[in-house]
Amino acid sequence: MTKLSHIRNFSIIAHIDHGKSTLADRLIQMCGGLAARDMKEQVLDSMDLVRERGITIKAQTVRLNYKARDGETYVLNLMDTPGHVDFAYEVSRSLAACEGSLLVVDASQGVEAQTLANVYKAMENNHEIVPVLNKIDLPAAEPERIRQQIEDVIGIDASEALEISAKTGIGIDTVLEAIVTRLPPPVSPGGPDAPLKAMLVDSWYDTYLGVLILVRIVDGVLKKGMRIRLMGTGGVYIADRVGVITPVQKLVDELGPGEVGFITANIKQVADTRVGDTITDDRNPTQSALPGFRAAQPVVFCGLFPVDAAQFEELRESLGKLRLNDASFEYEMESSAALGFGFRCGFLGLLHLEVITERLEREFNLELITTAPSVIYKVQLLDGGKIDVHNPVDMPDPVRIEHIEEPWITATILVPDDYLGAILKLCEDRRGIQKQLTYAGARALVVYRLPLNEVVFDFYDRLKSVSRGYASFDYEIDGYEPGRLVKMSILVNEEPVDALSMIVHAGRAEMRGRDICERLKDLIPRHMFKIPIQAAIGGRVVARETISAMRKDVTAKCYGGDATRKRKLLDKQKAGKKRMRQFGKVEIPQEAFIAALRMGDE
Amino acid sequence: MPVSHTEHSNPGFAVYVHWPFCLSKCPYCDFNSHVRESVDQAQWRSALLAEIDATAAETGKRRVQSIFFGGGTPSLMPPATVGAIISQIAARWELDADAEITLEANPTSVEAGKLSGFAAAGVNRVSLGVQALNDADLKFLGRGHSATEAIAAVDLARRFFLRMSFDLIYARPGQTPAGWQAELRAAIAMAADHLSLYQLTIEPGTGFEGAVRRGQFTPMQGDMAADLYEMTQEICGAEGLPAYEISNHARPGAESRHNLVYWRYGEYAGIGPGAHGRLHLDGRVYATANFRKPERWLEAGRETCGMLSGRDQSIEMLMMGLRLLDGVSTARYAALAGAPLSSAIVQELCDQNLLSQTGDRVKATPRGRLLLDGVLARLLG
Repeated sequence: MTKLSHIRNFSIIAHIDHGKSTLADRLIQMCGGLAARDMKEQVLDSMDLVRERGITIKAQTVRLNYKARDGETYVLNLMDTPGHVDFAYEVSRSLAACEGSLLVVDASQGVEAQTLANVYKAMENNHEIVPVLNKIDLPAAEPERIRQQIEDVIGIDASEALEISAKTGIGIDTVLEAIVTRLPPPVSPGGPDAPLKAMLVDSWYDTYLGVLILVRIVDGVLKKGMRIRLMGTGGVYIADRVGVITPVQKLVDELGPGEVGFITANIKQVADTRVGDTITDDRNPTQSALPGFRAAQPVVFCGLFPVDAAQFEELRESLGKLRLNDASFEYEMESSAALGFGFRCGFLGLLHLEVITERLEREFNLELITTAPSVIYKVQLLDGGKIDVHNPVDMPDPVRIEHIEEPWITATILVPDDYLGAILKLCEDRRGIQKQLTYAGARALVVYRLPLNEVVFDFYDRLKSVSRGYASFDYEIDGYEPGRLVKMSILVNEEPVDALSMIVHAGRAEMRGRDICERLKDLIPRHMFKIPIQAAIGGRVVARETISAMRKDVTAKCYGGDATRKRKLLDKQKAGKKRMRQFGKVEIPQEAFIAALRMGDE
Repeated sequence: MPVSHTEHSNPGFAVYVHWPFCLSKCPYCDFNSHVRESVDQAQWRSALLAEIDATAAETGKRRVQSIFFGGGTPSLMPPATVGAIISQIAARWELDADAEITLEANPTSVEAGKLSGFAAAGVNRVSLGVQALNDADLKFLGRGHSATEAIAAVDLARRFFLRMSFDLIYARPGQTPAGWQAELRAAIAMAADHLSLYQLTIEPGTGFEGAVRRGQFTPMQGDMAADLYEMTQEICGAEGLPAYEISNHARPGAESRHNLVYWRYGEYAGIGPGAHGRLHLDGRVYATANFRKPERWLEAGRETCGMLSGRDQSIEMLMMGLRLLDGVSTARYAALAGAPLSSAIVQELCDQNLLSQTGDRVKATPRGRLLLDGVLARLLG
């Protein structure tokens, strides 16, 4: 057990590419956590995808032993936080397990929106914050300007910001020293003798050990063999292993107040553990759980269907495997006339959705069709009932609906002045309400309230394209509000096509309807009869296109020698139909659905 | 000689003879044709006669109602060979007194000079590959003759043969309705009793396919081609040469009896490289196919001979029969298939003005004929 005064728990807040992982690696190296030959580049980001996209999905941690200039040895626990917008809750829990943060800012790029959001969360958790200017060795570095920007935008004193280069190693020693001298040690209101009170910071699945739980001890001692209780879910388990990550897993006998470590307890699946839950001693439980716990709630939903129907079982297995390690997404079976059998999946956000679908395709070799993302609508029925709807197919008949509420977000966008106009237009087009517009040097800080359903519909892509990639974005869910929402159906030859129906704001329906009708007109091959394509709200058609009838489809010459060939050709056509979906009399190639669903690519 | 339209249940027995050689390969043609520097005429003659013997040995006696010399370019055959083949067919089977004996010919001056020889050998109908009536388009189509030559060949053929047909290829890239109308009217003025009018089709493996791929020209769009087709039906109908099949027009009674055997799904023997047959042996129907490559055929003759199931026959019968204005017998289809056509699908296609049904017969409407491949896919899908 380490004395509280010799423990520092901290996290690193940084924008993608600003050098968080490189700095973490340097800190590990300097403290001798790994021999140089064991040092894989960027140890913390263990998944390929994470490394490629620069996104940390699972919070990880590492315990370092640092001999400070005062001659004492300190235990430094670096809590890595998930670095993307969809994991706001997980970030807040990781931050709650620390007392301080390093705010790493690229000395030439400056503060980004995501950094800003996380700094505010750290401040809410009463963190001491040490600004660190990274990449100081680059010719473009402007430490003075960025220092000023940090003060202007974030409002913290940056006069003592450290200047470092994680890449070359400049200033790493000053970082370690600042962690010890400037960050406070943890506090334990009850001390080591109080009943156990620990926070479940994260959990993940390990092929050899099963579910590992990352814990931060607040009060009491967690001993190997202890019968623990997860207070939120009520699960009781025996802690069969207790250890720390250095980053090599090292078993210990116990963890005391202020310490961070892991346990295993023969827990079968990650879904049985909830981030933010309080762990206590089942025989001697604490009276009060830690504040701030809530269950992760998916906010964005979509259908995932295999392009090849034969891959359905593989998809089911792959989803199961992914969920072993990521309890934050959910899925249930769904069948669609257009796309066959698949799953309706819920995610923490759009990026989370992208990460999961990309992993399914990449790690499990699946070819997937993703239907348009949807949010959860709260539907107030006239009979007094209230239902949640995230699949347009489940939307009740309009005559039964009193009103519909939709989720809103507060979005923070940082954008260079040149692109401000385009960003404001984008937000206004998406029904946004401006809350704040301030300047920080040559960049504008824009805060908007936006309906989430406008954001899940290609907002990121548009944001990136209108700002040429310079705008950065973060959001927080910000309650439900009634909206003029309608279900828009797409009818092909008078038959509704389930996979293409959507819930939209009445004011945007016509435009969206026209867009999809035009696309389908080009995507559906001509038939022997003309095919109306309509976007309709209830019985009212808001957009319409017509595919004219094909006029010529006949073999010019057919004599005695052609009978065999022609018969075989017909057989081949029959086989080709397997990739077609039948809607009434109309055959729609699966490719048409994929293309129609890939909205906003242009 | 008017042809009986009533013998659908027994369309008769026909013999097809394939001469695989051409002087040059036309860029639109995907038929089994080959260019060779020289042909051993004696060897070819005896090989063709031998295959007639072998096939007749399988079928036993048949009344042959038509012979068709196709190719390739059968007008390159020595008339004596043509005569020998006709005699052999008559000897091994039994040749109808009024059998229709057609030979395809290129309208070059050289081949025109041989027409009297073919007539003397027993040919009583010729089909000339005129293809176009202007030199620019003839050149585009890779033809070895001029328009003037072709017109002269037609005139000459009419002197030797009471029954004569010629082919035109239309819906050429850039062709205008006015241009085609003038050309078609000129063709009708020259025509005897029969015309074959094919819309240009870009076939896989042809010179045109490569040209289109390389962007050298763009085939005519379907809607424009449909306009030209409809105009063609109207003009030919008004001029007394109505269509009796998708691409074939005749004065009533002057239809190609030989080709009617195919479309009415009768029995036929295929002689020569790449020739196909449908032989009725011991109550079963066999599909025969010969080796396509001339040298391979000389060595081995037939490549496959497979029995067709009732289902296969019903598909072929329908596919061939709906090309005719006369359509098909639903009872015959049901007997072959073992089940009738889906009345729901037939009704749907009737509702879409693609098919019409009167009594036992189902026919494609004018709109349905232009969409026949789609109609068949729906009926048989």
